[in-house]
Amino acid sequence: MRENAGVRNEREFPCKSGQGVGARLPRKEDDRLMRGRGQYVADIRLAGLQDVAFVRSPMAHARICGIHVPERYRGSVFTAADLVGIKPIRAVSGLPGFKISEQPVLATGKVRQVGELVAMCLAPTRAEAEDIAASVTLDLEELSAVTDMLKAREPGSALVHEHWGDNVFLETNYEVDISAALDAPIKVTREISTARQCMSPLEGRGVVATFDRRLDQLTLHSAAQMPHITRSGLAESLGMEEGQIRVISPDVGGGFGHKGILLPEEVCLSWLTMRNGHPVRWLEDRREHLVASSNCREHHYRITVYADRDGTLRGIDCEATVDSGAYSSYPFSACLEAAQVASILPGPYKMPAYRCRTFSVATNKCPILPYRGVARTGVCFALELMLDLVAAEAGLEPGEVRLRNLVLPEQMPFDNITRKHFDSGDYPEAMRRALAAIDIDSIRAKQRLGEVDGRRIGVGVSIYCEQAAHGTSVYSGWGIPMVPGHEQASARLTPDGGLELRVGVHSHGQGMETTLAQVAHEILGVDVAKIRIVLGDTAMTPYSTGTWGSRSMVMAGGAVATACRELGERARRIGAKLLQHDPASVVLQNGEVRGVNGSVSLRAIAHAWYRRPQDLPADVDAGGLEVTQGYKPVRDSGTFSYAAHAAVVAVDPDLGVVEILDYVIVEDGGVLVNPLVVDGQIYGGLAQGIGTALYEEMPFDASGQPLATTLADYLLPGPTEVPAARLDHMETPSPYTQFGVKGIGEGGAIAPPAAIANAVNDALRPLGVELMQSPITPHRLVEAVLAARAAERSAA
Amino acid sequence: MKPAPFSYERPRDLDAALSMLAASRGSAKIIAGGQSLGPMLNLRLVQPELIVDISGLAELKRAEVSRGELVLGALITHADIEDGRTADVTRGAMRGVAANIAYRAVRNRGTIGGSLSHADPAADWISSLAALGARVTLRSLAGARTMAIEAFVVGALESALHAGEIVEAIHVPSRAASAHWGYAKSCRKTGEFAHAIGAVLIDPVAASARVVIGAIDTTPIVVTDAAELFGGRIVADYKQRFDARVADDLLTKAGIDDAAQRHIHVRVLKRAVLEATA
Repeated sequence: MRENAGVRNEREFPCKSGQGVGARLPRKEDDRLMRGRGQYVADIRLAGLQDVAFVRSPMAHARICGIHVPERYRGSVFTAADLVGIKPIRAVSGLPGFKISEQPVLATGKVRQVGELVAMCLAPTRAEAEDIAASVTLDLEELSAVTDMLKAREPGSALVHEHWGDNVFLETNYEVDISAALDAPIKVTREISTARQCMSPLEGRGVVATFDRRLDQLTLHSAAQMPHITRSGLAESLGMEEGQIRVISPDVGGGFGHKGILLPEEVCLSWLTMRNGHPVRWLEDRREHLVASSNCREHHYRITVYADRDGTLRGIDCEATVDSGAYSSYPFSACLEAAQVASILPGPYKMPAYRCRTFSVATNKCPILPYRGVARTGVCFALELMLDLVAAEAGLEPGEVRLRNLVLPEQMPFDNITRKHFDSGDYPEAMRRALAAIDIDSIRAKQRLGEVDGRRIGVGVSIYCEQAAHGTSVYSGWGIPMVPGHEQASARLTPDGGLELRVGVHSHGQGMETTLAQVAHEILGVDVAKIRIVLGDTAMTPYSTGTWGSRSMVMAGGAVATACRELGERARRIGAKLLQHDPASVVLQNGEVRGVNGSVSLRAIAHAWYRRPQDLPADVDAGGLEVTQGYKPVRDSGTFSYAAHAAVVAVDPDLGVVEILDYVIVEDGGVLVNPLVVDGQIYGGLAQGIGTALYEEMPFDASGQPLATTLADYLLPGPTEVPAARLDHMETPSPYTQFGVKGIGEGGAIAPPAAIANAVNDALRPLGVELMQSPITPHRLVEAVLAARAAERSAA
Repeated sequence: MKPAPFSYERPRDLDAALSMLAASRGSAKIIAGGQSLGPMLNLRLVQPELIVDISGLAELKRAEVSRGELVLGALITHADIEDGRTADVTRGAMRGVAANIAYRAVRNRGTIGGSLSHADPAADWISSLAALGARVTLRSLAGARTMAIEAFVVGALESALHAGEIVEAIHVPSRAASAHWGYAKSCRKTGEFAHAIGAVLIDPVAASARVVIGAIDTTPIVVTDAAELFGGRIVADYKQRFDARVADDLLTKAGIDDAAQRHIHVRVLKRAVLEATA
């Protein structure tokens, strides 16, 4: 069955039931979620629950001289002075030279960002808690705010963390023989930047904390992607044993990286429920989300690309700066983005020379957090815009420059210049298909005719690689608090022949309640409807670093497959006993154990094991029908999925408005467990990428005030802004993973800003206009058009 | 994002509402559709002691044509106009404007009187009604007064309403058969507030033109005798005679320093002119 005529799957798993790997199954969880029956943190009701609102810093940088609480609210307001024994959040990187920030859960001494937590106010309802918060007055002595990451690097800048002596969390240098590129005939240099953004999942963060005296256990319900990591971080901050803490992450309405972070609010509420003995709740509102907790993506590049006349890349020289904000967030640290930039900038391109210097800069802004695509969206934007300039210099089609430099399929597996190990793929083929699908020739013809309505047509392409499920060997080098090892899964046959899978990753839109069941079905043949996925609860699932880095299908999928294989093996041995066969002579097939003289179902095997042990001989294998297994891919340097994006836009140079007329994505995510779910991931990522390209921006004034504090000012693309993209799938299996799957969760958000900006620049190139900054707003576009016209006049 | 505490009253008739407003001595806010006031309350940008909910006032829900003009009660919603539930004397001009205000959910609840009272420079009615030559009646216990829309809007989010006063009705004159209407706006995305609005009512037969440049940082620029924008006189080929430099000067005089902003405003106005039809 094909629901999307544009989709081609080159490899299908011949699972007879149509439920296994490769099946386009509708998501099981949607029955609950689409009927409004999901249970999110805000839906949790506990007896005696009280609400918390925070007093937050109104200034970006200030010394705290006093916190004044009205007499009548004493006892309902808590400050750092009350939080005795609570440690600040520290996310240290082991990279040499990294400077450590300590993020107090409630501010002490000074505040370093607008929205920083200063006091916690407790009341029966949120509205009353906000009334209390409004009554608290802060005596702040304002300090110069550090708001410009480039100026922040200069000597004499105000300091976010005085004892550092500068504002640089970390500087890195990477070089491979850049001198070899310097005599290249084409040399293009530009400054390129991406705006600060907010991730904006439908559901914000939220916490309900309660303490169980019988179990001597704190239970923290949190809208979180990585409950086990949250627990480890909480235990460190609170000075408790991990066993004293249970983190439950119920239904989560989108994460995108925002919910992979240990929050000061989580620590505060944990402390408060233990102090007061009743459950407490804090729900992030949209203003808190925008102002105080969810910033990402702010990059700046000074970049030079060297090439030969035929477009062959000779080298890249880059200085990248990332505005990391005030603190290093747990567990990813303040250098997640910048330090990655150096290693991922060359991407899937061949080049003999490369240099990249990076700076992770502290400013008086919200800490920068990982957001879908992490550093890749900025890197793709920078490099792909530059390649279009190389194409213009060389007089070549932009697609031609890509094809000349992309790694070739016969070179796989391929180690690029930063020693990234590409497992498989045919990048040029993806680009060729994208160019064909967007019909580049007819667009060029159309451009020559001009648009009847005065708008200019442009076409742009971009391509990226997405390293996913990178494991121990990659993360151990960074030395951050979290290094993923073997991913574990538990598989348990229930007495009635159902299957329970327990995994430590979480699902907040990824559809894993369906896709992990498909993996198990592929191996055990149990009906997907009878497979339950248990996730999001540290008390019920194996330890895991959780869901991030597009890792869950590779890692948890691999673990589920491994555990199910062992479970199947045990069931097969019990089945052989029931059939009175030699174990070597029976096989597990389509949910039953078959021998020459008959078969026995998994259900009958489970029934015998649990309910009628008298039917089993004394020498039956004692291992039982519950298995926990760990899994790592054959190589843990990551899977490399990729996609070529192509966009056609109509640009109104007078109004600055950009309309996307057509959009094509040719994606290769290895073997797709559920192509329907993958399509959904890509569409969602595309919407976010369009936001990055054209709409989303969190600006700050010189004093560090965030200026987009509501969704009237922070613009997100809506249904009318997201075109019906055309998707095409290639399926090049990874040689290193179960079934050949690759991680694909982030890719949709990586390439659109570059493809769209390239299309806009293509449309405006005849006017001498070039936009090198995201988002491309009407104002920026018109400003660039006017500047180009003025330049032309003065030249004439 | 919860409002500060306030008292709430829902009067049964206009006199009761006016009495409550008078008694509150300026500490009350009127709520109708709540599409602007709701978020402002939640953000604590306004913290009134009293909210007077006028949504039950039948007097303000009337719409009638009398003596050649349309009189719309303040509680008429954008959707009422969009859907044609009210009479129209503008030959579709108001209906077209209404249909593109924000999103349908906002139009279902948002009222024309509320929009005017809020006086957001980016809102559609303050620009379009000024171009149509509409007037507004304000009422308090002391009586009523009527003024032109352009006089009613005195600044960004500032109207001529005194404490105790309420927008009662909007009077829209009939659009002459020879009058051309053009309305254009530019929004960053569908349904968002405009960052540029152009509204024109041009009558080549009567040689008159009203031109509005809206969605600037302050009150819309309303040119009631707009001949200067068309080379000194309004004639049949006014579209060709539109003078962008005059519009640009108007914006400069209004304090718009940013050249790109001015450019967008001029182009949106030009679009309204070019698209104007009888």
